[in-house]
Amino acid sequence: MALLFNEEQRLLQETAQDYFQNNFSTKTLRQMRENQDALCYVPELWQQMVEMGWTGILATEEEGGLGFGFKGVGAVLEPAGKTLAGSPFLGTVVLGGSAIQLGGNDAQRADWLAKIIGGEVRFALAVDETPRHDPNVCKTTATKNGGGYTLDGEKLFVMDGACADQLIVSATSEAGPTLFIVDAKAAGVTRHRLAMIDTRNAARIVFKNVQVSADAVLGQPGNGNEILEQVLDRGRIALCAEMLGIAQWLFDTTIDYLKQRVQFDVLIGSFQALQHRASRMFVQMQLARSTVLAALACVDENPAFLPYYASAAKAKMSEALELVSSEAVQMHGGIGVTDELDVGLYLKRGRVCVAAFGDISFHRDRVARISGL
Amino acid sequence: MSDKEHLEQFRQEVREWLEANCPPEMRTPTPEGGIVWVGSKIQFDSEPQRLWYERMCDKRWFAPTWPVELGGGGLSKDQARILERELSRMKCRMPMVNLGIWMIGPIILEFGTEEQKRQHIPKMCSGEASWCQGFSEPNAGSDLASLKMRADVDGDDFVLNGLKIWTSYAQKSDWMYCLIRTDNDPAKDKQQGITLVLLDMNNSGISVKPIELLSGKSNFCQVFFDNVRVPIKNVIGEINGGWPITKKLLQYERGAMSKLNESSVKGRDLTSLAQEYLPQVADPMQRAALRDRIAGIIIDEKAALFTMQRVGEEAKAGGDVGTITSIFKYAAGEEGRQKYEVLLALMGHRALGWDLGSEGQEFNQDELMTAKQWLLSWTYCIAGGSSEIQLNVIAKRILGLPS
Repeated sequence: MALLFNEEQRLLQETAQDYFQNNFSTKTLRQMRENQDALCYVPELWQQMVEMGWTGILATEEEGGLGFGFKGVGAVLEPAGKTLAGSPFLGTVVLGGSAIQLGGNDAQRADWLAKIIGGEVRFALAVDETPRHDPNVCKTTATKNGGGYTLDGEKLFVMDGACADQLIVSATSEAGPTLFIVDAKAAGVTRHRLAMIDTRNAARIVFKNVQVSADAVLGQPGNGNEILEQVLDRGRIALCAEMLGIAQWLFDTTIDYLKQRVQFDVLIGSFQALQHRASRMFVQMQLARSTVLAALACVDENPAFLPYYASAAKAKMSEALELVSSEAVQMHGGIGVTDELDVGLYLKRGRVCVAAFGDISFHRDRVARISGL
Repeated sequence: MSDKEHLEQFRQEVREWLEANCPPEMRTPTPEGGIVWVGSKIQFDSEPQRLWYERMCDKRWFAPTWPVELGGGGLSKDQARILERELSRMKCRMPMVNLGIWMIGPIILEFGTEEQKRQHIPKMCSGEASWCQGFSEPNAGSDLASLKMRADVDGDDFVLNGLKIWTSYAQKSDWMYCLIRTDNDPAKDKQQGITLVLLDMNNSGISVKPIELLSGKSNFCQVFFDNVRVPIKNVIGEINGGWPITKKLLQYERGAMSKLNESSVKGRDLTSLAQEYLPQVADPMQRAALRDRIAGIIIDEKAALFTMQRVGEEAKAGGDVGTITSIFKYAAGEEGRQKYEVLLALMGHRALGWDLGSEGQEFNQDELMTAKQWLLSWTYCIAGGSSEIQLNVIAKRILGLPS
């Protein structure tokens, strides 16, 4: 298993880096927050991402995609994280795309993969029903009804849930946990936009007497958890790449500040009390980066170990991001707690990422279980 | 044949030779105290250990890349890398510990006179001479340049008086590379009056006293100097020019330390101990709290391994890895501290037994080893540049923070 990107993936990363830096800024993010923007992403930006082919990163060449592999996802999302650029990429390409690739039958794959690549559809994964991520809690029911199913329940904190066209919904049927593809505009689906600290697209979604056909089942009835687990792990690793970008920006910005800010007639970066904390951040950043790179590589090259790698990465990356974002605020002093400074925007997005798809203790628990503890 | 084919052929030869010559007993982890310290006082615990040592010695693979005319193996860097990889793949024990080859040898090859090279290098390669390091003094630890070892010139000799501390295996060593104070002028930087000199441990006036650590007996020693005469021609480089050479030498220390660490048994790993002891914690809340801490450390250990892998890949691709490797010493030391703290918490009183070194003790070997390793865990955060020194180095050299 190789951790480093190959030439193609490196080029993709450079392109993404330039693209996000030139086309998205926190000024835009602030405007969306001010205007209570309904989408919380820039449609033109998403359209350009589609045109550059990034929606085809995961799909194989036979499926009409670019076949970059999962490191390609990392190559796009780390630079996106550095600028805080939001888009339906994670929900659609990573979560939706993986769900269809892993669980879809021939018809579903033919239906959806081309549309994902073409940017004609946006997906969201509707799983959580509790404030803390816990996919084992699934009170949403799918009751057999003639040839199809009736869905009832409520999903919380659905990432990209307010803008999605299609929802992948976990529900409990008589066969057991089952995944469904549900049209977000179907009768009985009510979406309540959630305004959260990160100014991203999120929703609470209520399903009341929602009728879906048997074709809507993704995979086999009863095997929803097996697919969901793999889809979630891919989502977690993709999120880790975004978190790496966020953390790297916070780290770089803070180190720069230590080299500029003068107090007591000297640069505050000359204080050993701050130097040691800066060095500890550096150590944690290096460890986290390696763990995220290993997880990205694992998806394509070592999928049998995916749960372990995904959880190790999400736990370690969350730890590093919590450390770096907290220190970034503290080391900036007074200005650090003002809205004017961008550090706060990165802090806020960072903490939503930490909570999404399982926080540190969730993933330590999983690593412990896999380790036989 | 292309270079690649030559290397592949070399790999095959190495494999076959190791298969035929490394005794199976030497393909298991080195037990505590099972290392071979080279030199005139060499001792073997077993026949396989002696065979393995002698065969590697005869093969001239102690210093695989050094020139043949000085006793080295004459291998190319690529060949040496293959040899190293095959040794580790087959889990061969290190045949010996040799600070001559790992530390001072490369310095003598770079800065030494022809005479010094001919006198010392062949005996390093053959394992005839063992070396120890005389750097630290009671008041010169992290601040090494404060060292005070007094050196008076008398004819062609220096006469040394003073004390060295934390010298590993001084009692078993034939030679010492030693830092002495040759200029005391307070107007000059203290770094400018330091000289690196080689001295014979059989000189009269040298006495060695082992240091007992928190964990019990150790191979660290104090070395007392009472009018010890050392020829001035044993100086490496210039008189008062020892400091820049020392900084270079210390870069080899990290590698030597990690080789030494690899060769020492650390007991069972955290996961396997936790599998055994965690179910014994009766209260589910306490069990959950411990389990969370343990998983955190398991993940940290994995993160360090991934980082090592990343460095390997970057190095192979020709990238500069100095930035990343700067974290290893600190990260490994601190992870060790955390690991043994959590093991103490997990095992409770069973990790607090004292090893009497006799049969029929109440505590099993894992438990005694945990106590001992816990008491040793600070050593790795102090020796070879303390954690605080590592953080200073990262802050200044890597992050470029101001002085």
